[in-house]
Amino acid sequence: MDAWVLLLAATLNAGTVLAIAALGLLINEKAGIVNLGAEGMMLCAAIAGFAAVVHTGSDWLGFAAGMGAGALLAAIFGVLVIWLNTNQYATGLALSLFGAGFSAFAGIAYVQEKLPERPHFFIPGLADIPVLGPALFRQHPMVYFAMALVAWLVWFLYRSRSGLVLRGVGESPESAHALGYPVRRIRLAAVIAGGALCGLAGAYISVVYTPLWVEGMVAGKGWIALALTTFATWRPARVLLGAYLFGGVTMLQFHLQGIGVEVPSQFLTMLPYLATVAVLALISRNPAWIRANMPASLGKPFYPGS
Amino acid sequence: MFRLEPRPESSRFWSVASPLLALAITVVIGVLLFLALGKDPARGLQVFFWEPIRSSYALGELMVKATPLLVIALGLAVCFRSNVWNIGAEGQFVIGAVFAGGVALLADKDTGRWIVPAILLAGVIGGMLWASIAAVLRDRFNASEILVTLMLVYVAEQLLNYLVYGPWKDPAGYNFPQTKTFEAVTQIPRLMAGSRVSIGLVIALVGAALLWVFLFRTRAGFAQQVGGLAPAAARYAGFSSLWTAFLASGGAAGLAGALEVAGPIGQLTPYVPAGYGFAAIIVAFVGRLHPVGMVFSAVLMSMFYIGGELAQSRLGLPKSLTGVFQGLLLFTLLACDTLIAYRIRWRREAAAAGAR
Repeated sequence: MDAWVLLLAATLNAGTVLAIAALGLLINEKAGIVNLGAEGMMLCAAIAGFAAVVHTGSDWLGFAAGMGAGALLAAIFGVLVIWLNTNQYATGLALSLFGAGFSAFAGIAYVQEKLPERPHFFIPGLADIPVLGPALFRQHPMVYFAMALVAWLVWFLYRSRSGLVLRGVGESPESAHALGYPVRRIRLAAVIAGGALCGLAGAYISVVYTPLWVEGMVAGKGWIALALTTFATWRPARVLLGAYLFGGVTMLQFHLQGIGVEVPSQFLTMLPYLATVAVLALISRNPAWIRANMPASLGKPFYPGS
Repeated sequence: MFRLEPRPESSRFWSVASPLLALAITVVIGVLLFLALGKDPARGLQVFFWEPIRSSYALGELMVKATPLLVIALGLAVCFRSNVWNIGAEGQFVIGAVFAGGVALLADKDTGRWIVPAILLAGVIGGMLWASIAAVLRDRFNASEILVTLMLVYVAEQLLNYLVYGPWKDPAGYNFPQTKTFEAVTQIPRLMAGSRVSIGLVIALVGAALLWVFLFRTRAGFAQQVGGLAPAAARYAGFSSLWTAFLASGGAAGLAGALEVAGPIGQLTPYVPAGYGFAAIIVAFVGRLHPVGMVFSAVLMSMFYIGGELAQSRLGLPKSLTGVFQGLLLFTLLACDTLIAYRIRWRREAAAAGAR
C-alpha cells in the first residue's frame, strides 16, 4: 500500500517536469514554431538554476534564473528562425547541441556542490488525510502550478482573444498578417514563453527533482516533452495526462526494482524512451487524429511580403 | 532593422563562403570567451588550430578522430539530402559497435585475418538494423523520425551498458564494466607504423568518392534527392527515398562504430558513445552535404575535439569546450546560410527604394 502511495506521489513529481516543458512547447507550436532545442534549453536552465540556488540560497531565484536562461536561448532561436528564416529543425538541433556543450562547460565548477537543506511542503489539514495526503498534498508548489498552468492555458487558448490570435498565427500566418497582426512578433513572444517554461522545468530538475548537477542530467526529458505535444494532439489537458503517464513510466523502474522484479536495471531505464517510441507510433498511425488539432503552419517558415 | 530580399537564384559564392564566415565568427566568439575566462586567446587559438597539425604524430591523431566523423557524415548527407531527419546516428554507431564487438569477442588465438571484414560487416548490419526501426515506424506508422531516432540513442546506450555490466563483462576485469580486450588479430590494419591511422581513413575517403559518384552521376542518386527537393514529384515518379536514406546513414554510422571498437578502443566499454554521431550532423551541414566539403569539415571538427583535450591539459579548461564550439559553429552557420537564399537590405535603403 505505502509503496503505491509513494509511486503515485513520485509520478506527479516526475510528470510535473514533463508537463511544464511540454506546455511551454505547446504554446510555441500553437504559434507554428517547432523548437527542437528543448533539451538544450532545459540543460542550460538546470545549471543556471542550480548555480543561482548555490549562490543565493533561494529556490525561487533558481527558478527565475532557469526561466531567464530558457527565455534567452529561445529568443536567439526565435530571431534566427523567424527573422533569418533558418530551418526550424536544424536550428533547434543546433540549440540542443550547443546547450549540451555549454551546460557541461559552465557546470564543471558545480559538479561537487550541494544545495542547502531541501524544504518540505505540505498543505495543512489535507496533508494528514490517510493515503491521499501523502500522495497528493505533500508536493512541491510547482506540482500545483503545473495543474493551474493547464487550466489557464485552456482558458487562454480557447476562451481569450489573444489565444485566438495566437492560434490564428499558427494556423494561417498569411491571414493573420493580412488582418494586420504582427505575426513575427507574436511568434517570437510564443517562442520566448515556451523557452521560459522549458527553463522552469529544467531548473525544477536540478533544484527539486534530483537536487544536484550532473552533465546531461536532463536525460532526454526535453525530447520526451516534444513527443508529448504530438501524443496529446496539441490539446493542453491531454499534455498534462500524458506527462503523468510518462512520469509514471519513469518512476515504475524504481518501483519495480524496489519490489524486487528480476529485470536488469538497464532495461528498466529504457522504459520511458521505449514508451515514447511506442506511443508516437500508435498516435501517428492515424493521420486524422494528428491533423485535427495540429497547427496547419507548424514548422513552415513565414516571411511577410515574400 | 533589415529585411531579406529573396535572391532570384541561390548564391554560389555564399554557399562556399558561409561556412568560412561562420568559422570566423565562431573564432571571434571563442577569443572573447578565452578573454572572459582570463586565458590568453593566442594560446587558445594555438591549441585548437596549430597544435593539431604541428607534427606528423599530431596530424595522425587528427585523422584518427576525423575518420568516424566523416564516415557517419557521408551517410547522413544521403539522409538529409532526401529530407529524412535521422538525428540518432549516435545510437546506430553504438549498435554497430556492439555488433562488431560481438564478432570480435568470438576471435581466439587461431582466428585468421578474415575476422576484420566480418567485424566491419557486423557493424554495418547493426547500424542498419537500428536505423530500420525508425524507418519502419516512419514508413508504416508515420512516426516522426526525429524523435524516434533520438529516443533510440538512449535505448542503444542502455543496451551497451547491459552487455558490459552483465553477460559480456570481462571475468578477469576486476569487475570493471568492460569486455575483455579484443584479440590482436581483430585490430583494424594500420596504414603505417608509429601512427594510429588505420585503413578506416582509406575507407572514409573512398566512401566520399563513391558518394560523389552516387549523388551526381547516377540516376538512383538523382532520384534520392528529388525525394527531398520535391516530395510530390518523387511520389509521382515512384521514387522511394526513405529506406535508402535510413539504411545508408545507419550502415555508415554502424561501420564507424565497428572501426572505433576494433580500432582505437579495442574493447566495449560504457564510454564507446563519444558524441561522434551528433558531431557528424554538424560535419554534414558545415560540409554542405557535399563529399568534398565534408572531408574538410570532418577535419575541422576533429580539430575541435583535439583542441578541447589540449585546452584541458595545457590551459586547465574543461574538455566540454569542444561541445560549446561545435554548437556555436552550427548556430552561426545556419545564420550565415541565410545569405545564400537572401540579400540583406537595410531598412534605410529599402525605404529609399520604396520612395523612388
